[in-house]
Amino acid sequence: MSRSQINTAGFAALAVVLLALPFVLSSYHTFQATMVIVYAVALLGLNLLIGYNGQISLGHGAFFAIGAYTTAILVTKVGMPYWMTIPIAGALCLVVGFLFGLPALRLEGLYLALPTFALAVATPQLLNYNRVAPLTGGVQGIMFDKPDSPVLPLDQDQWLYFFCLAIAIPLYIVGWNLLRARTGRAIVAIRDHAMAAGAMGIDNAFYKTATFGVSAMYAGIAGSLSAIITQFVAPDSFPIFLSLSFLVGIVVGGVASIPGAAVGAVFIEFVPNVASEISDAAPWAVYGIVLIAAMYLMPEGVAGLCRTLGNRLETRRPAARPAPAPRRAPG
Amino acid sequence: MENFLNQLLSGLATGGLYASIALALVMIYQATHHVNFAQGELAMFSAFLAWTLMQGGFSYWAAFLLTLVLSFIAGAAIERIIIRPIEDKPVLTVVVVFVGLLFVLNSVAGWIYGYDIKSFPSPFPANAWYASRFMSAHQVGMITVTLALLILVFAFFRFTALGLAMRAVAQNPVSSQLVGIRTGWILALGWGLASVIGAVAGMMAAPIVYLDPNMMGGILLYAFAAALLGGLTSPLGAVIGGFVVGVLENLAGAYVVGTEIKLSVALVIIVGVLLLRPSGLFGRTVVTRV
Amino acid sequence: MKRFVIAFAIVAVSAFAAERAVAAGKYDPGASDTEIKLGTTWAFSGPVSSTSPVQRQMAGYFAMINDQGGVNGRKINFIALDDGYQPPKTVEQTRRLVEQDKVLLMYGQIGTPTNVAVRPYLNSKKVPQLFVTTGSYSLIDPKKYPWTMGFQSSYAAESRVIARYILTEKPNAKIGILYQDDDFGTDHLQPFLDALGDKAATMVVAKVSYAVTDPTVTSQILSLKAAGADTLYLMAQSRAAAQAVSAARDQGGENLLLFIPYVATAKSVIGPVGDEKLKGLMSTESTKDPTNPVWANDPAVKDYLAWVDKYVPEQDRASDRASPLGYISAQTMVEVLKRAGDDLTRDNIMKVATSLHNVAIPLLLPGITLNTSAEDYFPIHTLQLKRYDGTRWELVGKPVEG
Repeated sequence: MSRSQINTAGFAALAVVLLALPFVLSSYHTFQATMVIVYAVALLGLNLLIGYNGQISLGHGAFFAIGAYTTAILVTKVGMPYWMTIPIAGALCLVVGFLFGLPALRLEGLYLALPTFALAVATPQLLNYNRVAPLTGGVQGIMFDKPDSPVLPLDQDQWLYFFCLAIAIPLYIVGWNLLRARTGRAIVAIRDHAMAAGAMGIDNAFYKTATFGVSAMYAGIAGSLSAIITQFVAPDSFPIFLSLSFLVGIVVGGVASIPGAAVGAVFIEFVPNVASEISDAAPWAVYGIVLIAAMYLMPEGVAGLCRTLGNRLETRRPAARPAPAPRRAPG
Repeated sequence: MENFLNQLLSGLATGGLYASIALALVMIYQATHHVNFAQGELAMFSAFLAWTLMQGGFSYWAAFLLTLVLSFIAGAAIERIIIRPIEDKPVLTVVVVFVGLLFVLNSVAGWIYGYDIKSFPSPFPANAWYASRFMSAHQVGMITVTLALLILVFAFFRFTALGLAMRAVAQNPVSSQLVGIRTGWILALGWGLASVIGAVAGMMAAPIVYLDPNMMGGILLYAFAAALLGGLTSPLGAVIGGFVVGVLENLAGAYVVGTEIKLSVALVIIVGVLLLRPSGLFGRTVVTRV
Repeated sequence: MKRFVIAFAIVAVSAFAAERAVAAGKYDPGASDTEIKLGTTWAFSGPVSSTSPVQRQMAGYFAMINDQGGVNGRKINFIALDDGYQPPKTVEQTRRLVEQDKVLLMYGQIGTPTNVAVRPYLNSKKVPQLFVTTGSYSLIDPKKYPWTMGFQSSYAAESRVIARYILTEKPNAKIGILYQDDDFGTDHLQPFLDALGDKAATMVVAKVSYAVTDPTVTSQILSLKAAGADTLYLMAQSRAAAQAVSAARDQGGENLLLFIPYVATAKSVIGPVGDEKLKGLMSTESTKDPTNPVWANDPAVKDYLAWVDKYVPEQDRASDRASPLGYISAQTMVEVLKRAGDDLTRDNIMKVATSLHNVAIPLLLPGITLNTSAEDYFPIHTLQLKRYDGTRWELVGKPVEG
């Protein structure tokens, strides 16, 4: 079987599993699977920025929050149907991300981490601020009704699962194609060698800001979806811990890897639960140890591990593929 | 006017807290080029250690010195045991290990000591001559200690061979190794010293913010901002950054925007400064050779 | 998968068999002849993990009941899951408890935003959300959410009692307010201003907020002092409460009249401030303080202390004993289950929980009993003021309706 055949078979199997999941799982587990899809979208966005473009962000929880609040406000105050709010949330975050990226461009590495971190820290406080409270519901947040399934045999959870999946898959395909095309090469070239990329005629400033915007858009769409599936937003839903989780997710899944983003989503959804099952006296200790252990065993994440294993298999074959692109970390 | 003076001085006092943790951050950055997100939790653990020693009957200063020694050993040990195996791995891998360390230290402290706040003695007698109605003795003492730490760190890097070696290792580990510097031990030393600074910061902070596993959460945030504002490569910058952040926060809260969003406003101002000076107020502009 | 199916089949069959053996009661999911399953979500990790002793008390109380043979012969199985104080996580964990663990009801969950997040879900599923561990009055709305019920006296009741005290005892007070910038703060603040009525505009000279992430609150206290306040109501909790009291005494001296919420009055919270500065501090109370020698010979307190030693030995003897919240909350839960008898349906439990009349809980202060009705979902609404005399809390006046 050729490599492309293996890939096709893999994709087909994946598709079957994804489609079958909500019919096999209980509705609670379907809900969890939907959360994984939502996180996977956010992580893909963050990975575009950190993994491919080499800019660190500790603040994507803020864009996630903006997306979620956009949906909640439009649904409750304007009476818009929930599905219509998603592109608006995405577009808003694209603009905010782009604008935020403009000045932040001047900063590199850890210095860029500060403004993004500041954004994440300030978000709950700003949502609480009494001048915006009439809009955001202040500390109480905003609640709205769970959408009913328009397709009869599906219950609400199954419907939301497919709804989120139907949004996530195109976003993944877009991300994939973006990175394989000219744009993607430009984005990666900036990460690997900004000056050389500039010399090649790549507009560094434009690509960096645009990447920031697109990455924020992904986070915003994910936030919007998260609001729809939990039917609730409040400042406490978006603590700094969320932004850190996103970072953890892409590193554990694998920096600069598209499937890695999905794996990372599984990690941040389930590992904290497992940790608190192991010890409710010190759940964070268990979580922290798992994190450190994961970094020891697979310093380049699950994707890195798979690549290493894959390469080992490859070298045994006569027709070895050309070596993969250099995997330099940002920073 | 009196309120202004009060706010200014109380800002300086809290700024001293941020400054000392920022100094520890800069210390590790100088040695390893990493920002240690677990620095605050390490300082918290040191303060708990001192508290335990005092509960066990040690006098303040005996506990203080013993804590410094133990913190040094613990810091160096963390570098050699936990950080060493992933040293050459991507930056983000190291960052995630720091985050993991933060979770572990916080949770284990809560597990051992509980989350109740505990009082922690100040070494400066409340009625000392330098106490005034504007600043308590402890606040004055704390600022003095921060400045003393700064001078020590500055002298260490400027005048000692070890300090020079440490700077060399951070800049160019391979060349340093070639000229005979034992880079491994230098890195461990950097961690050890940062832990000592953190321990002092923790013991100075505890009488004000009280001792509990979450005591450093807010402080680390401000210290991070302070270190970047001053420049990650400059101990002086970190300390000035700490004082500036403390004062800025107080004045913004009391006079400009009210207390609700003072943190946000302070952060916006800091980011604004960084945009004008991307390497911080006192940081060296790094020229990358290509 | 296959193993799972088999295991499931075995469980189902054996459950069925048990059902057949003694079909005595009327049950909803989570209740049987041998067991009652209760679920809770708690912040074992995250910013408010300091509250976990309360949950340990609940678990310890149920353990004692089980050792004594359970409630009407049924053992209580109390399942607690960590939500890290993040509402989306609370939704997830609550769904797990209801749909997978199949608990009879949710009991005692911590937090306001967390409980708000799961309120629509639990109400639409008609699963009781009983005796939640928060005093937020905005959470409780019997008309809209008939399945959601509070326990401890509401923050609003407390603020009203304090406001009325100030109006009668110190009508010319210049009040300064410090409040936490979240639901805890606003749930205290608004009822306080409402209770002052027209006089709020003249009496309240300044109000400032703090964030939980603020390392200190000295700056805020300085602002209150600058506004000329001679009476401070510090709507703060945990570390900030201790810092605020300390800073207020440093800046304003001993003549300042200080109030703090009852949730901050445990020794474990403000003890480190030191007796000298705590002297004169005022708050409210509804339970007997087990560390107060006044109650040393009280049988309820004796029972409680013996229970602490046996069932939650890890709790700090000097501090956690002072706040028996988890204990009395679990006691109330057990009382409701007892009264529900063999009709352990969610409907019936809700009916029992909303029709408590003068139910005596021995650890409550004399004159305070539990009362609920279809309109009143706060079992404790009577409070008594208390003042710290330099060594311990002294009760002030009589219990009053909040």
